Amino acid sequence: MSQSLSLRAGLVSILILLAFIGAWWGATLPTQVDLGDMDPEYAAMMGLDTTQESDIPTPGHIGSAIWTHLSDPFYVKGSNDMGIGIQLAHSLWRVLAGFALAAMVAVPLGFLIGMSPLMHKALDPYIQILKPISPLAWMPLALYIIQDASISSIFVIFICSIWPMMVNTAYGVSSVRDDWLAVAKTLEVGPIKKAFKVILPAAAPTILTGMRISMGIAWLVIVAAEMLVGGTGIGYFIWNEWNNLDLANVIFAILLIGVVGMILDMIFGLLGKVVSYKEV
Amino acid sequence: MTTPSFIQVDGLEKTFPGPAGQEPVTVFQNLDFEIEKGEFVCLIGHSGCGKSTILNILAGLDAASDGYVFMENKELTGPGLDRGVVFQGHALMPWLTVRENVAFAVKSRFKRHSKDEVNAQVEKYVDMVGLTPAIDKKPHQLSGGMRQRVGIARAFAIEPKMLLMDEPFGALDALTRGVIQDELLAICQATSQTVFMITHDVDEAILLADKILLMTTGPFAEVAEVAYNPLHKPRSRQEMHHDGHYYPFRNHLMDFLVNGPGTPYSDKATDGTPPALDKAPRTGPRRVVSA
Repeated sequence: MSQSLSLRAGLVSILILLAFIGAWWGATLPTQVDLGDMDPEYAAMMGLDTTQESDIPTPGHIGSAIWTHLSDPFYVKGSNDMGIGIQLAHSLWRVLAGFALAAMVAVPLGFLIGMSPLMHKALDPYIQILKPISPLAWMPLALYIIQDASISSIFVIFICSIWPMMVNTAYGVSSVRDDWLAVAKTLEVGPIKKAFKVILPAAAPTILTGMRISMGIAWLVIVAAEMLVGGTGIGYFIWNEWNNLDLANVIFAILLIGVVGMILDMIFGLLGKVVSYKEV
Repeated sequence: MTTPSFIQVDGLEKTFPGPAGQEPVTVFQNLDFEIEKGEFVCLIGHSGCGKSTILNILAGLDAASDGYVFMENKELTGPGLDRGVVFQGHALMPWLTVRENVAFAVKSRFKRHSKDEVNAQVEKYVDMVGLTPAIDKKPHQLSGGMRQRVGIARAFAIEPKMLLMDEPFGALDALTRGVIQDELLAICQATSQTVFMITHDVDEAILLADKILLMTTGPFAEVAEVAYNPLHKPRSRQEMHHDGHYYPFRNHLMDFLVNGPGTPYSDKATDGTPPALDKAPRTGPRRVVSA
């Protein structure tokens, strides 16, 4: 039954895709232009034709753009012309670097906040103020202080991924069941062993959820950050193609961002499954 | 005169701060009792008399407001590996298998044990509670009774001087409860384990306990009577009610729970009970009978 459900769902998905591409194709068909009594030779000289191609790229254009980019993703022809794989690698590197730095700060700090009601109360106002700030608002300050565009975007990723991880870690740590802590106490388990063998595994699913949210936000923010600072990356690629008025490439990049974001989310979903447990 | 008891509880009292602007609440006070080595002691009382708090103080998880607990003449001030605790809600770590849960305790107790020694100890105690077939399962794959058995195996596996059990069978159905009570009885008789157990089940206390502490209701709860089980050992669930002492003793305990403290059982009984030695006048309705 469930197999036939996924089969039917897959079929509906494909139908929706076909309908969408069909509608797109229909909407971007070349239009007939009435040239009136203009001399055809004059019209041709003026670049006018009775059939006018659509400004919006057709599905065919996108298909060929996808093919061009994916058939040679890693070429480098100067600083303004690099393969999509290289751009993507730059973006992923910034996201992973910023994310890893954020995890190194957020998880220990979240532990501290979760274990100590004093630190929770003391740090709460700062977290509440810093959390709602759009990460891009930090960009001018980062650029001025760090004076390096690439490191500044890593900083922006760092600052935006730190909050969900920290808040979730703190929540996970503070809601570890008293029973388990009592077991550790009666067994005279030391603080380090307690942190790694009891609290960490107990809070791991919540921490992983925080990481998953952070990764989602980081991937949203990197595109905007790279549009702003330029140079390399998928965000810069989109902005560059917009300046080239190559909408087919823009649409290709949009699709690619979606696919990569989905894969990143799936990785954290799988990691979350590994550390999850059924409470009884 | 006599050697001091294994556990000596002296004037124990617990007071919780009341709501803002109100008097603090004394849950229990003036608690004095002893536990001898190898004795199975049950504490019976209504909810709210601080039974669990008493057990937590003995376990070192809670601090008394007043009074002392001595174990082998040393004051207990914190938790320790010399006491094994079986928690009300099993308290197994759900991300660990049965083997890993018990091994967690064994490794904490026997820090110098090799991997094989730890494993042998784990398997011995898991086998003792009859869970060898489920040793590599996670708690969510086990029934409630099996989980509680793992909790018991974990407490026994550290070979504690005293076992503390907080209504360990409260959440189980009657059939399972009976089976595990029988197992616990057999294990305790085989190992002469000293046990302090909290229960509100009179039959459970009669089956398992050598000595039953009867508590009045809180606040200001006290141990009103220490009743020695007149039923002869070995007891069994199947035969117990044929013992002539069963119904009088059971009625006595029920009367206590329903009507409050009355004449101590040892004064009513004619044979099979230790003589009442100490009926010295003390404040309150409390009578202490000690052997």
